[in-house]
Amino acid sequence: MKLQLTGVTKRFGAFTANDQIDLTVEPGEIHALLGENGAGKSTLMNIIYGLYSPNEGQILLDDEPVSFDGPGDAVEAGIGMVHQHFMLIPVFNVTESVMLGFEPTKAAGLIDFAQARRRVEEISARFGFDVDPDAMIEELPVGAQQRVEIIKALSRDARVLILDEPTAVLTPQETDELIDIMRQLKEAGTSILFITHKLREVRAIADRITVIRRGKVVGEATPESTETELASLMVGREVSLTTEKEPAQPGQTGFSVKDLTVISSSGKVMLDKVSMEIARGEILCVAGVDGNGQTELAEAILGIREAVTGTITLDGTDLRRMSVKERLNAGIGFVPEDRSTDGVIAGFSITENFVLDQYDQQPYSNGISMKHDVMRAAAAEQTSRFDVRLGTVDDPISTLSGGNQQKVVLAREMSRDIRLFVASQPTRGLDVGSIEFVHRTIIEERDNGTPCLIISTELDEALNLADRIAVMYRGKIIGIVPGGTDRDVLGLMMAGVPADEAQVQAQDHHTILGEADTGAEV
Amino acid sequence: MSEKKPDTPETPATSPGGALKEAESRLHYALRQLSQASWVITVLAIVVALVVGAVLILATNPQVQATAGYFFARPGDFFLTSFEVIRDAYSALFRGAVYDWQAATGQRSIRPITETLVNAVPLILAGLGIAIGFRSGMLNIGGQGQMILGATFGAFIGYAFSLPLGAHLLLALLGGVLGGAIWGGIAGVLKAKTGANEVIVTIMLNNIALYLLAWLLRQQWFVQTGSNQPITAPVDESARLFGLLGSGFRLHAGIFIAIAATVFVWWLLERSTLGFEFRAIGENPEAARTAGINVPKATALVLIIGGALCGLGGAAHLLGTEYRLAAGIAGTLGFDAITVALLGRSRPLGTFLAGLLFGGLRAGGVLMQTQTGTPVDIVLVLQSVIVLLIAAPPLVRAIFFLPNPDGSPRRKRRRRSKNGEAGSDGQRELAESRGGSAAGANTREVTS
Repeated sequence: MKLQLTGVTKRFGAFTANDQIDLTVEPGEIHALLGENGAGKSTLMNIIYGLYSPNEGQILLDDEPVSFDGPGDAVEAGIGMVHQHFMLIPVFNVTESVMLGFEPTKAAGLIDFAQARRRVEEISARFGFDVDPDAMIEELPVGAQQRVEIIKALSRDARVLILDEPTAVLTPQETDELIDIMRQLKEAGTSILFITHKLREVRAIADRITVIRRGKVVGEATPESTETELASLMVGREVSLTTEKEPAQPGQTGFSVKDLTVISSSGKVMLDKVSMEIARGEILCVAGVDGNGQTELAEAILGIREAVTGTITLDGTDLRRMSVKERLNAGIGFVPEDRSTDGVIAGFSITENFVLDQYDQQPYSNGISMKHDVMRAAAAEQTSRFDVRLGTVDDPISTLSGGNQQKVVLAREMSRDIRLFVASQPTRGLDVGSIEFVHRTIIEERDNGTPCLIISTELDEALNLADRIAVMYRGKIIGIVPGGTDRDVLGLMMAGVPADEAQVQAQDHHTILGEADTGAEV
Repeated sequence: MSEKKPDTPETPATSPGGALKEAESRLHYALRQLSQASWVITVLAIVVALVVGAVLILATNPQVQATAGYFFARPGDFFLTSFEVIRDAYSALFRGAVYDWQAATGQRSIRPITETLVNAVPLILAGLGIAIGFRSGMLNIGGQGQMILGATFGAFIGYAFSLPLGAHLLLALLGGVLGGAIWGGIAGVLKAKTGANEVIVTIMLNNIALYLLAWLLRQQWFVQTGSNQPITAPVDESARLFGLLGSGFRLHAGIFIAIAATVFVWWLLERSTLGFEFRAIGENPEAARTAGINVPKATALVLIIGGALCGLGGAAHLLGTEYRLAAGIAGTLGFDAITVALLGRSRPLGTFLAGLLFGGLRAGGVLMQTQTGTPVDIVLVLQSVIVLLIAAPPLVRAIFFLPNPDGSPRRKRRRRSKNGEAGSDGQRELAESRGGSAAGANTREVTS
């Protein structure tokens, strides 16, 4: 089916999220919509899926204008959507998940499970999905859960499939499988609109690329364009995708973790005897698919989560018995994974957020009363040093963009004397410009001789920053490899293959993205 | 700026906490909404409440009912009577609360404002205690119990001990602080240690306080009166909050305590490190914990300090106005204090002003009833309508046609159209959203 948007405009109050968007997805085409966070991609998807109605413009399906009053209408018209965060119920099995909302019925309104099950098997077989219709959703790996979402869309005869950031949660190998599936669907005549901010994928998969920036279409590109060209188009200026850095000058071991074990409240082992050492002036990146114990590692180091066994040593001091405050005062600079829940307090001013973990320390207070003038002066000075674009430091931090909020967090953690820098997903949700800045800042911190522990699920980030990469899988460190290790090897390690074996396997089989890597002219 | 807002539609996080956790977060959301309602909304809510009150006054007034009987014959009568009735009722309310220009003597003229202040003292003190909880993300419904305990401690120290002037009063007040702090602290420590819901615990503690007092009033060692009446001996003169204006006035030094407490709470919340912790855990406990704040400790302290202020309110009420402890000592003060804190948007000055307003309504309601026969319950209606409206800013905005500050107007539901209608439909909506109606757009077309 052909999907066409003409002049679609969506405003939220004074803010225009989509401005005169024209977009055509031909039948059997994989069309990538490329743009930074906040460029208006998701808004556009929600318009196509009937969640928002546009203020202006039209949606045409096979040249017929349509207008949707909710996702039900969109599904009926043949549009399927796979959200970035899957809309699945963990305790349902695959068949139940697929039929949810569109249950086939027998006489007397009884649900026809047999028919639903046949439908799942049929679609699964047609595209070689290898999904067991009786498996519980919660027991499936993410890649399989995503396939369930795709089956769900296809079972409703979707002829236009929208994939919103589909690779965010996948290993490179799983991404490979997804690419296969997308190509098969394309062969079968399904149009695919594929939303992403990852340049590498776009070049590997898409037939055509539309780039949007600040709600406007700023250009079309072909997969032949280089990554740098695409990035410049996306950001609106020249960008460098890799950060220049000197080789590390590792000194003595500054920070070490030994046999750290964390057990969740439900009794699951989240961290399984994790050990690592980081030298002064070195960046160790922890890579891995989200949910393999990285969050727990960071939280255990800060002390938010209690470790059952093991030691955490910073400059010879054991941190394990210390409270969070004592650890922060011992010199940990900590950038949490989820900025909005853990990093900043949205209702607080920029100044207050700037002193969030130093509010009762000199020079910001005498222990009882806070010194607002000192706080404000320091906040103003440091935010300007970190290039935060703000009105005044008394504005609520919620008035800043995600990138600027993150810079405030970095300014807070780096403007004091720290002896260990820990950052989880330091660039999640940031635009390319801010990512550049954050990476540069982290490398500067390393060059100052601070041991840095960076936890990232973005392989690109790990490869760009790391002096060494530790790959985590199911709460264990599968292996620690040097910085520039081949993407395919890392991908296999992320799936639980030990480093040596991963080396061998990767030689035999290169993934599509991995090949794009070797052939890339950046 | 708001760039990322529309692009990331809130996807409800499926946390393991389940329904209870979700309900909690909704509670906190509502709480935040309440405390952040702008002062414009507050003023408008009071206006609407006065209008609603006027309608009720009319509906219950026999004269108005009579004129309504022949409304179609002489509508002028109805409107004139209505106007007079409302004018009389609200003028009596004002005269009873602020300044009575019809009173016989000058002293009587200014007595209403002092009565307002007398009523306001416990409301302000307890309101501040509740407000601290609100600012810290806790719904302290236990103002009533904390006031009862404060009054009980204050009273007992007041009549059971003989102490020199000054020290006696100070000790009695501190006893009130301690009583409230203990009662609030029980809820605080339970919440901090076990995660017990403070709403449920404080409500239960209200009842426990009530029956504890009822039991105490039956104990001879406690009441020290020698009679069977469930009322204690009066507190000694040395423990009373001294009057400020001599006989004929009830105004006592408690008003200074209320002012001092307001300043203290402002300093606590806005300038102290402890208040920073309180506000941080109220706004975002996860971020507070990540920043090294001891969340359980701060949680307990919020309810201890909040309880202490409520207890001080109870003690001030007893030592300044009542003097004798009886079962009904707190009346509905503890619950009115919640409304006061809400109306004051949990800000110290706002709470102070809201306390004055409610104190005035209480004082004026009495005169309104005696002079115009308007039931004093109207005051309760006014209070309730104010709170109801403050709790629902969109409702107030709808009544006064104010724009939604979020900037995302709720779109009208439109039927799905198969043919070209969609475009024109969209344009109509656009025209409407620009402020002109569809009809307006048409006239423009005609004139051009």
